[in-house]
Amino acid sequence: MTATLAANSVPRLARGVRLRHDEARGQWVLLAPERVLNPDPVAVEILKKVDGARSIGLIVDELAAAFTVERQTIATDVDAFLAGLAEKGLIEVTSPLVGDAAS
Amino acid sequence: MSLIDEPRHQLEVPARPAPPIPYGMLAELTHRCPLQCPYCSNPVELDRRNVELDTETWLRVFSEAAKLGVLQVHLSGGEPTARRDLEQMIRHCVEVGLYTNLITAGVGVTTERLQSISDAGIDHVQLSFQGATADMTDKVSNFRGAHERKLAVAHEVRRLGLPLTINSVVHRANIHQIPDFIELALSLGAKRIEIAHSQYYGWALRNRGALMPTRDQVFWALDVVEEARTRLKGILTIDAVVPDYYAKYPKPCMNGWGRQSLNVTPSGKVLPCHAAETIPNLDFWNVRDHSLSDVWVNSPAFNAFRGTDWMPPLCKSCDRKEIDWGGCRCQAMAIAGDAAATDPACHLSPLHADLLALAEADADGSEVYDYRRYFQPDRAG
Repeated sequence: MTATLAANSVPRLARGVRLRHDEARGQWVLLAPERVLNPDPVAVEILKKVDGARSIGLIVDELAAAFTVERQTIATDVDAFLAGLAEKGLIEVTSPLVGDAAS
Repeated sequence: MSLIDEPRHQLEVPARPAPPIPYGMLAELTHRCPLQCPYCSNPVELDRRNVELDTETWLRVFSEAAKLGVLQVHLSGGEPTARRDLEQMIRHCVEVGLYTNLITAGVGVTTERLQSISDAGIDHVQLSFQGATADMTDKVSNFRGAHERKLAVAHEVRRLGLPLTINSVVHRANIHQIPDFIELALSLGAKRIEIAHSQYYGWALRNRGALMPTRDQVFWALDVVEEARTRLKGILTIDAVVPDYYAKYPKPCMNGWGRQSLNVTPSGKVLPCHAAETIPNLDFWNVRDHSLSDVWVNSPAFNAFRGTDWMPPLCKSCDRKEIDWGGCRCQAMAIAGDAAATDPACHLSPLHADLLALAEADADGSEVYDYRRYFQPDRAG
């Protein structure tokens, strides 16, 4: 499977989407317009790093360092997961500003 | 991360199984509204301004809701922006971790007000349209210029970067506009549209004859929505509230009584659904006297039809009992005269044929609306 999101692009939750811990039920939830999603533990670890600052590459690096899973496997999972969220409009993926073009 | 949750209340032996934890709360901040929609689902007797809960009480209710496990709060009415303390409430909800959804008619909401609502941290805006065209919106809402104002609000909401849902209530006069409603939502940059068929509770019941679509219209609408859903997958989410008068199975009203959500009225009564007051002799508790958690767990109204124990044999023996949850208690009350009866929308109800006949007769009814007026409430004579 080919990557659909560039490793140097930066994902963030779209306005109106929030990740929070649901104390009453003891689980993480992703809140969106008229929807409550229950991300699985792997998804939660990824979502916690979706902060509008970390690039996808950095997210993969950090997860690879934290878990004993091959980096390529993590990269594939992260890409598939985030691409799915982007398609649903739950995250926005911004291209990083490159060099002088940023000014 | 701890994998074991300490059980709370371990020493208490519950009188009944603990109820589920609610996900959503509809906060009807006021019944005041500039529009006069004939399908208004608020009760015939509206709460006047002088009985509305004050700011402090609402803030307490929101805190209690968050503690109870509510995740999303729908700030509604009437027109919620009629409350000047709306922003204060939104800020408080954000503080206690509640997801906030503003349900507005978008009339009388200025650009400055929207900015301040956005700054307060609103998560999502749901904007109603009574028609897909100015003529239709203005006629149904009985408010000249309403459509233009709504368009302006929609543009502003999107300019602020807020996610937008368009809510369209459809009935006999405007059901043919469903494709136009969908186009309208797309053109306004909405990510979601609700196509809600008018429901006949509260004020809407007295306009049933003027609102009821024909069977052909309803089935046409189902096809149109299905086609659009497929075509617009990933672009626009279409949530349709299906009318059940012509259906085989009843709607799983509220996904079960007292199961996922609760509703607080402007004067503080807590209801399992917003039409629940049409059922006589239910004992609703008020947030002025009880904590929200106490109401949810212990109030007689919430326990009246919770779970499956209350069901008549027809429902109890049905393998869909935890799919349909017996349908709608208010509809059973309205049609069967018994809130604990099987919803007549179910094809197994002995009253199903009567309901269908009633719908077909109504669909042939008068086109004249009895408009809802907040400031001139209906008084006999």
